[in-house]
Amino acid sequence: MSKGKKTAADAIGKPAAFGPDLDIGVFEREAASWAPCSISALPKEVVQRALSVGINADEKGRAGTYFQIDRSVVLQAIRDGFAGKAEILTTKDALEKYDWVREYWWKIVDANTDKFTALAKLKWDQGYFIRVLEGQKITVPLQACLFISQDNFNQNVHNLVIAEPGSEVQIITGCTVHPNVRSGLHVGVSEFYVKKNAKLTYTMIHNWAQNFNVRPRAAATLDDGATFVSNYACLKPVKSLQMYPVAYCRGTNSRVRFNNIVYGAENSRLDIGSKVVLQGKGSRGEVITRAIASDNAEINARGFLLGEHEDSRAHLECRGLLLSDKASIHSIPELVGRAKGTELSHEAAVGRIAEEQIRYLMARGFSASEAESLIIRGFMDVSVFGLPEALKEDIKRMVDATLVGVF
Amino acid sequence: MELLRVEGLSVEIAGKRVLDGVDLEIPKGETHVLFGPNGSGKTTLIKSILGFPDCRILSGRIWLNGTDITSLPTNERVKLGLGVAFQNPPPIRGVKLGDVLQHLTRGVDEMKLTATVNIPAEFLGRDLNLGFSGGELKRSEVLQVLAQKPNFVIFDEPDSGVDVENLEVIGKAVSKFLEKRSGLLITHLGHILRYVKADKAHMLFNGRIVCSEKPGKILDQIMKKGYKWCEKCPKVKKRRQMR
Repeated sequence: MSKGKKTAADAIGKPAAFGPDLDIGVFEREAASWAPCSISALPKEVVQRALSVGINADEKGRAGTYFQIDRSVVLQAIRDGFAGKAEILTTKDALEKYDWVREYWWKIVDANTDKFTALAKLKWDQGYFIRVLEGQKITVPLQACLFISQDNFNQNVHNLVIAEPGSEVQIITGCTVHPNVRSGLHVGVSEFYVKKNAKLTYTMIHNWAQNFNVRPRAAATLDDGATFVSNYACLKPVKSLQMYPVAYCRGTNSRVRFNNIVYGAENSRLDIGSKVVLQGKGSRGEVITRAIASDNAEINARGFLLGEHEDSRAHLECRGLLLSDKASIHSIPELVGRAKGTELSHEAAVGRIAEEQIRYLMARGFSASEAESLIIRGFMDVSVFGLPEALKEDIKRMVDATLVGVF
Repeated sequence: MELLRVEGLSVEIAGKRVLDGVDLEIPKGETHVLFGPNGSGKTTLIKSILGFPDCRILSGRIWLNGTDITSLPTNERVKLGLGVAFQNPPPIRGVKLGDVLQHLTRGVDEMKLTATVNIPAEFLGRDLNLGFSGGELKRSEVLQVLAQKPNFVIFDEPDSGVDVENLEVIGKAVSKFLEKRSGLLITHLGHILRYVKADKAHMLFNGRIVCSEKPGKILDQIMKKGYKWCEKCPKVKKRRQMR
């Protein structure tokens, strides 16, 4: 057994620092395999669920697609016209194809962190390798879907994204399950390398099931002049979801921004954080979180800003809206300054919809429920995130779809 | 027929009686002015006409265009033709002024309306009342009410905290709007009356309408003597004795 696997084997019993602990032994590891095909050739319910997390079946408007179901990779392709600009492979293929991939593998996420990283190390089921070549600016997004089709399955993916110097790209990752799936566990390790003057916009959209558990483990490193924008949306019920991605702004003038919108419904337990480590001169970070909790949902919204350079600045903003007396939102901001000139700030607000706002809109002719719906949509307004127009429309559509049926 | 009729309205807020038997009639086609010192109950009267739940009606009735609206929810009253331009509207993050306007106009003549109150198109993309200046708040309120096309409209201090240029824009828009409608104007210093022709003015004092006169006459007295003038009024004194 290699050394890495040995330390991971030690960590397999180690609970995560946050979120409810899970008995990982109860999930299935065997799954039927899926043959490679285009997305449109997949069963209708798979296509529909994929669409709900931003994955286009006709692959139009996308520069490339990665589609994994359970342990099978059904599609990995760059569309004509984008060849030579970016590549999409499974991480297994990438490790076989390029020796240098090992230099990026398990380098900023530690397999020894907890039982979930250990699981990804010891029981690894593919994941995507996306690399944008030097100087290539791809205006059309690439898409990746991580799908679970079998009930009670445990999927462990490990993704690697490299934006080479001067490149620019948007990646949409949609993670979801078949409508028949009730429970299960998804572990997703993701390592992002944003090189000099590159810009990576990464949008992850989740749509799980009521009894499903999710443990993403992600880290990004930013070189000089690099920009990393991470957008995250989870708008449907899930049993438990815990993640705390970190971005290391190592380079001079590197910039990171985390935008999170989460809607916790029913009995969802969401523990979502974003960490920013400012190490480079002129590095900047921003974390914006919008959380809505209804029914019996519990949301922990964490944020951690660490300023290690005297010329560094970051801001954390969390707004939480409670729609039920049984729901809770706990905002946990942490600011740590380790250099004299660093500027770190946060603002947080948790509350219910103000009666005054409802009355005001009723005086404009809206009914009470129309007013509430309008206020909630406004609360989830994604225009503050500064997203590209098409992406903004996609997320807005998903927010609207979530709210239909709630109000 | 009166477009608005308030009869013997007594209202309490958080256990405190604020209105004490208000009687008010505004006939169709007329514009009236409501004066009153701070704390006299002007805002409570508007909120009661709108049916805001924090205003608990102890007695009395309210009719709009012949319909008893005393126990209707706010949006039903609005459907019957009531519109209010608020003095201090609450900020609502993420809800765009344009969204509300679209709901009110269904897109008809939207741009023409915004031009009337000198609101640039890009302003419609701003969050409702969030970070609006005093003048912007008033123009946005007037704009929304114009879009609502109510039969009866209340303007709550449309002239307070507004500079001269904005006052003219607002004054002219309000005046034109009221030409074919009925309304109630609430004003502290009467600046808006330079632009709007009002038929009658009422003085609200200690939760009750104590006199109704020509607007110019009441305004002159307030300007000269302030609201202390009301304290000395025989009607008010008599009322105190009755208590």
